[in-house]
Amino acid sequence: MNGSLHLWLIPLLPLAGFLLNGILGARLPKWLVTTVALLAPLTAFGVVLWEAALSFEFVERMAWSGPGPLPRAIEFPFVETFGTWISLGSLHIDFSFALDQLSLVMLLVVTGVGFLIHIYSVGYMHDDPGYARYFSYLNLFLFFMTTLVLAGNVLVMFVGWEGVGLASYLLIGFWFNKTSAASAGMKAFVVNRIGDFGFLIGIFYLLANFGTLTFSEIAAKLAVNPAWTGGILTTICLCLLVGATGKSAQLPLYVWLPDAMEGPTPVSALIHAATMVTAGVYMIARFHFLFDRSPFALSIVAIVGAATALFAATMGLAQNDIKRVLAYSTISQLGYMFLGCGVAAYSAAIFHLMTHAFFKALLFLAAGSVIHALGGEQDLRKMGGLRKKIPVTFWTMTVAVFAISGFPGFSGFFSKDAILAAAFQQGTFGKALWAVGVLTAGLTALYMFRLWYLAFIGDSRDVHAHPHESPWSMLGPLVLLAILSIGGGWVALGGRFYDFLAPVSGPRAETGAGSLEYILMGVAVGVGLLGWFIAHMNYKPGSARVGSEALATEPTGFTKLLANKYYVDEIYNAVLVRPLLLISRYILGWVVDGAILGGAAWLLGGTATFGGAILQRWQSGNLRSYAAWLAAGAAAVLLFVLLAGSPHAWVPSFFHVIQVHSASHTTVSQLSQAGH
Amino acid sequence: MQQDVPLTWYLLLSAALFCLGIVGFLLKRNIITVFMSIELMLNAVNLSFVTFAHQWHAVKGQIFVFFVMMVAAAEAAVGLAIIIAVFRVRNTLSVDRIDLMKL
Repeated sequence: MNGSLHLWLIPLLPLAGFLLNGILGARLPKWLVTTVALLAPLTAFGVVLWEAALSFEFVERMAWSGPGPLPRAIEFPFVETFGTWISLGSLHIDFSFALDQLSLVMLLVVTGVGFLIHIYSVGYMHDDPGYARYFSYLNLFLFFMTTLVLAGNVLVMFVGWEGVGLASYLLIGFWFNKTSAASAGMKAFVVNRIGDFGFLIGIFYLLANFGTLTFSEIAAKLAVNPAWTGGILTTICLCLLVGATGKSAQLPLYVWLPDAMEGPTPVSALIHAATMVTAGVYMIARFHFLFDRSPFALSIVAIVGAATALFAATMGLAQNDIKRVLAYSTISQLGYMFLGCGVAAYSAAIFHLMTHAFFKALLFLAAGSVIHALGGEQDLRKMGGLRKKIPVTFWTMTVAVFAISGFPGFSGFFSKDAILAAAFQQGTFGKALWAVGVLTAGLTALYMFRLWYLAFIGDSRDVHAHPHESPWSMLGPLVLLAILSIGGGWVALGGRFYDFLAPVSGPRAETGAGSLEYILMGVAVGVGLLGWFIAHMNYKPGSARVGSEALATEPTGFTKLLANKYYVDEIYNAVLVRPLLLISRYILGWVVDGAILGGAAWLLGGTATFGGAILQRWQSGNLRSYAAWLAAGAAAVLLFVLLAGSPHAWVPSFFHVIQVHSASHTTVSQLSQAGH
Repeated sequence: MQQDVPLTWYLLLSAALFCLGIVGFLLKRNIITVFMSIELMLNAVNLSFVTFAHQWHAVKGQIFVFFVMMVAAAEAAVGLAIIIAVFRVRNTLSVDRIDLMKL
C-alpha cells in the first residue's frame, strides 16, 4: 500500500454534478449546466485513467522485474475503507471501495463511454426543457454505477445496484408526460425489484454462511475449504443469478429492457446498452470464486445466457422500431456474456462486455443520430436512403454493424470468438451451447444488416423527410466510439487482456490447438457472412420485402409471432400481472383496505364526530346555561355528600383533613381564650 | 360570651342569601344584576365564615372574610370595566346576546 488513491473521488465527482445541477440547474445558464455536467464524468475519467496508469506502470515494472522499490506502483486489490457502516456483534461491514483489475476495466468503460455519451447528449438534448434535470440524472447514474463497480463488499455493491435502478427508472420515465414512458419506467423498476429480491436473499445467505460480506474475505474462506462445493453454495449462486437476470435483462426477466427504449436515446446507449445492464455480468464475474464451486449453478448461468441470446435474437428479426431492434440485440449480447460466465470464461465475458459497450453504445448513438436527423422518426419502414444524407452517421453505424456481426478485425470478432471457443471446450454440453451461440451469431448479423439495409440503403420511403446531419457534438462521440469499436478488440491479442484480468477472474482456459481455434473462428465468421447474405437477399433495394406494400402488410405466421415478441408480455400480463392487480384491487383494496382498515378508521372517527355533535350542544354560548350547569353540579355534589352518609367511607383525604382540623380547634380556641 | 341568636339562624340566613344570589344569577338577563347576584353570594358565604369564626372563637374565619371582600372589590373593579367595554361595543347589557364565543 502506497498512500491513498482517492477512490472516493470517482463516485463523488458525479455526485457533486448531480447535486449542483439537480438543485440549481433550473436557475443556472445553460453553458454552466453543460460545463458542470461534462466536468463530472471527465474528472472521474481522469482519476480512473491516473489510477490505470499507476497500475499499468506496476505491471510493466513487474514484467521487467527491475531492482529497488517501486515508489508509485499500486498493488491490487487496493482497498480503501472510509469508516464502519454496520457493527453488530461479530458482524462488521465497512464502507469500503476496492480497486482491482476487474473494477479498473469496468471503471474505464463506465466513465469513458459515459463521458462520450455526456458529450453526445449536449447535442441531442439541446432543445429539451428538462436539460438540467437530464444531466443531473445522468450524473446520478454515474455516481451509483461507479459505487457499484468499486464496492469492496456486497452491501456497498447493493447500494450501487439499487441506485442505478433508480437512475434507470428516472431516465426511462424522463419524458413523464408520455404515458408509455412513465409506465415503461415503472415496469423496469418493478421487474428489477423481482431480481433485487433474489439478490437480497443471496446476500442474507452469504451473511449466514460466511459471516462477512467482503469479497476478499469470502474468497479467502472458500480458499481454505477446497472441498466445499455445491449445496448451499448452489443456492447462493442461484439467488445471485436471479438478481443478475433482473438487472441484465435475461430470461425470464428481460421484458423491461425493450420498453426502456422510451427513454432518451443517449440513455439507452449508456444505461440500457453499455453499462448498467452489464452489472449482472460484472456481479457474476466478481463472485466467480463462488460460481466456480457450483457446477450446477454455472450450467444454469450458461443455459440462461444461451437461451436468452437465441430467443432475443429471433425477436430482433421482426421489430420495426430501430431502437427496439437494438434493445433485443442488447439482450442477446448480454446472453453471450452470461454464456461466457457460465462456461467459466469470465475474462472473455468481461472482454465482450467491454467491446459490446463500445459498439452497442455506438449503435444506439448512431440510431439516435438517425432519429435526430429524421425529426423523431423511429420506424425503420419509413427510413431508407440515408447513406448519402448523413454520411458520418452511416459510416460509424456500419463499423458498429460489422463489429457486432463479428467480422474479422472488428472488436466483436475477438470477444465473441473467445466466448464461443471457451464454450466449445466444455464437452458435449459446451458443444450444444456453442452451436446455439453460432446460430445466434448468424441471426445477429441478419437483424443488424436488415436494419442497415432498411435505414441506409436504397431510396427514402418517406417523401416528406428532410434528413440533416447531426451537429459535431454528436458526431464526435460517434467517431471516437467507431475507433474504439475497431481497436477495442486488439487489446486482447496475444492474451494480454486475459493475463491482466487473470489475478481476479482466474487463469484463462486453454484455447486448445491453434487449428481448432481457426476452424471455430472460420465457422463463426462464415455464419455471420451468411446472415449478411440472407439480409442482402431479402432487404436489398428492389427486393420484394422492402416494397411499400410488403412493409405495410401485417406479418403472418412465424413472423407474426416474432413481431409480437412471442406474446411474452401478454402471457406475463395474463398469468402474473392481472391476477396480482385483481388481488390488489379487490382483496387488498376493497376488503382489507376499504372494509377492514377503512371501516376501523371510520368507526373511530365516526364515534368522535357523533360524540362531538352531542357534546357541542352544551357549548350554547349562553352564559346563564353555563351557570345553571355549574349550579346543578354543585348541588349534585352537595346532595351526594349529604345522602352518602359518613364522608370517611368515600373521601379519604381532603375532608378527613378538615375533620382533624376541627378536632384540634379546641386547642386553638383555648389559646385564643387564654389571649383574652 | 352570650349566644342570643342560635347558630342555625345565621346559617339559614346565609343559605337563603346564597340561594337568592344563585336564582338572581340564573334568571336575570341584565349583566349588572347578575354581577350584583355574585356579590350577594360572596356575602352569604362571608356571613357563614363570620358565624363559624364566632362560634369556634377562631380568628382565621374573620381573616378569610377580609380576603374575600378584597377579592370582591378587585373583581368589581375589573368586572365593571369589562361591562362598560362590552356595552360600548355591543350596545347591550343582556347576557343572552353576549355569545360570540360559542361554536
